[in-house]
Amino acid sequence: MSHGVAPAGPFEQPASFEFSAENKVWADKIIARYPAGRQQSAIVPLLDIAQRQSGGWLPRAAMEYLAGLLGMAVIRVYEVASFYTMFNMAPVGKHLVQVCTTTPCWLRGSDAVLAACKSRLGIDINQTTPDGTFSLMEAECLGACVNAPMMQVNDDFYEDLTAETTLKVLDALARGETPKTGPQIDRQTSCPEGGPTTLTTFKAAGE
Amino acid sequence: MLQDKDRIFTNLYGFEDWSLPAAQMRGDWDGTAAIIAKGPDWIINEMKASGLRGRGGAGFPTGMKWSFMPKQSDGRPSYLVVNADESEPGTCKDRDIIRHDPQKLIEGCLIAGFAMRAVAAYIYIRGEFIQERRRLQAAVDQAYEAGLIGKNAAGSGYDFDVFVHHGAGAYICGEETALIQSLEGKKGQPRLKPPFPAGVGVWGCPTTVNNVESIAVAPTILRRGGAWFAGLGRPNNTGTKVFCISGHVNKPCNVEEEMGIPLKDLIEKHCGGVRGGWDNLLAVIPGGSSVPMLPKVICDEVLMDFDSLRAQRSGLGTAAVIVMDKSTDLIKAIARLAKFYKHESCGQCTPCREGTGWMWRVMERMVQGKAEIEEIDTLLEVTTQIEGHTICALGDAAAWPIQGLFRHFRPVVEQRIADYKARTTSRAVAAE
Repeated sequence: MSHGVAPAGPFEQPASFEFSAENKVWADKIIARYPAGRQQSAIVPLLDIAQRQSGGWLPRAAMEYLAGLLGMAVIRVYEVASFYTMFNMAPVGKHLVQVCTTTPCWLRGSDAVLAACKSRLGIDINQTTPDGTFSLMEAECLGACVNAPMMQVNDDFYEDLTAETTLKVLDALARGETPKTGPQIDRQTSCPEGGPTTLTTFKAAGE
Repeated sequence: MLQDKDRIFTNLYGFEDWSLPAAQMRGDWDGTAAIIAKGPDWIINEMKASGLRGRGGAGFPTGMKWSFMPKQSDGRPSYLVVNADESEPGTCKDRDIIRHDPQKLIEGCLIAGFAMRAVAAYIYIRGEFIQERRRLQAAVDQAYEAGLIGKNAAGSGYDFDVFVHHGAGAYICGEETALIQSLEGKKGQPRLKPPFPAGVGVWGCPTTVNNVESIAVAPTILRRGGAWFAGLGRPNNTGTKVFCISGHVNKPCNVEEEMGIPLKDLIEKHCGGVRGGWDNLLAVIPGGSSVPMLPKVICDEVLMDFDSLRAQRSGLGTAAVIVMDKSTDLIKAIARLAKFYKHESCGQCTPCREGTGWMWRVMERMVQGKAEIEEIDTLLEVTTQIEGHTICALGDAAAWPIQGLFRHFRPVVEQRIADYKARTTSRAVAAE
């Protein structure tokens, strides 16, 4: 289900929406992936593009526009948009911080990660900073469990976090920098820390 | 222990380049046209001989699943749909295949698609895997450019398309019929079976839905022979498997190992052992959040495969091993999973829609001990009312972790309840 992150303040629904020329080309390419007459299949990818074009949320006008584009009843678009958690029905912060708190992350300290986010951002779960820079969410399993605890900020995963490295990532984002994504410790992706226990013969052969 | 020469995912960690030329150096797309020239029956028989069982959790024999697809079209096209909606808590293997070894998946799509006489594959990747989606699309683009998919794919004479499709945040879309609904541009709510997807799947056409790993291992199996794969592991539990070990181990990781590896070996050889040593182990959830946990005494000996874990009333599931040491509040660990299932219930079936929320609220009270002892049996009774009474397996998945907790650790919950009673009673006395 669509989540309940509160926007920074009152907002207006734009009167109209239209894909940019570039996004229209992209959307047409996506629609062409599906058999003729099955263009409704493109709704989720197109909602994603519309959300990106609108700055991270889905104005009603965008959903109405897509309904027209794909020949769907508007209500069918609403029901799809509200079913999936990644669609935001109101503006969210420039950086949408989603801390995974499901059991594998919880076992490795997601409480500390979440607490660090709350204290640094000065907001609670499902809130947005007054300046609109950050929103904070609790997320269900994001599929990076051997690199727990982790959080997703917009399109990127930050993994193997501690309270300290969480603050570092948030501070870098606040300064407008692009922090290194993936593991925040010295580690190659999902490989055991300290080096692989397998595939060593290949690595040696390639060196 | 599995030797490197028998590992399929030779770039599991991404130490090497993911792109097509590097993948070809690692053996991908080697002789694909020759495999296809042997025909669908040969491919399916070889897959059956390999003993491969689906890697998405259910463990259904892959070759047999492919054989259910129509051999003669009634005018409708057939489709392969690849389930990359990896969302089962504990599981993060398909992510590695997609970002580090994507050509294995794409080549697998062509071969599996050909064997099932499909015209195209749609790879449905979870919405949150945004970088992985971009990587997969780039890999698909490279395969098209090199003529490996599309018209006369890989010089085989067979035309086959591969498309990347994505979700937008919904665990339930990992259920095959919900995934099909979602691919059709609808809410991801499971469909009743029958009709089964092989008869009526996406857009009303014959469809097979396979997990990423099941498809990605197929080209190597066919190159090396079903007998090679069947020679690894144990009878009915053959081959290699990517395990994801998370939680209280010193070095959590993904690793490709032989099916049937002892759980203890898996943890000690690849994960640096349990935090604080093996004797500090309390329990393990061996196959992703949906399967019942096992206490240490079973973990001491159990083998990691479908049949061994089933014999212990648990399951291999996705082979996502969640390790919990003695510091773990097991009631809280399971209450958090109950919250997950409540969040992810699609709301279509009453037992699941109402039951997952109810079970979560009771579990939260049990974390505090704020419950009556009799409520344990009520809770267990409710789990059996949900289990088996819903369209899809999410209801079962929500029930089993709770059943596993009480099967092995009921006294822990009873103690928590007694402690709470003792605390509140003494406070009440003190206040008098």
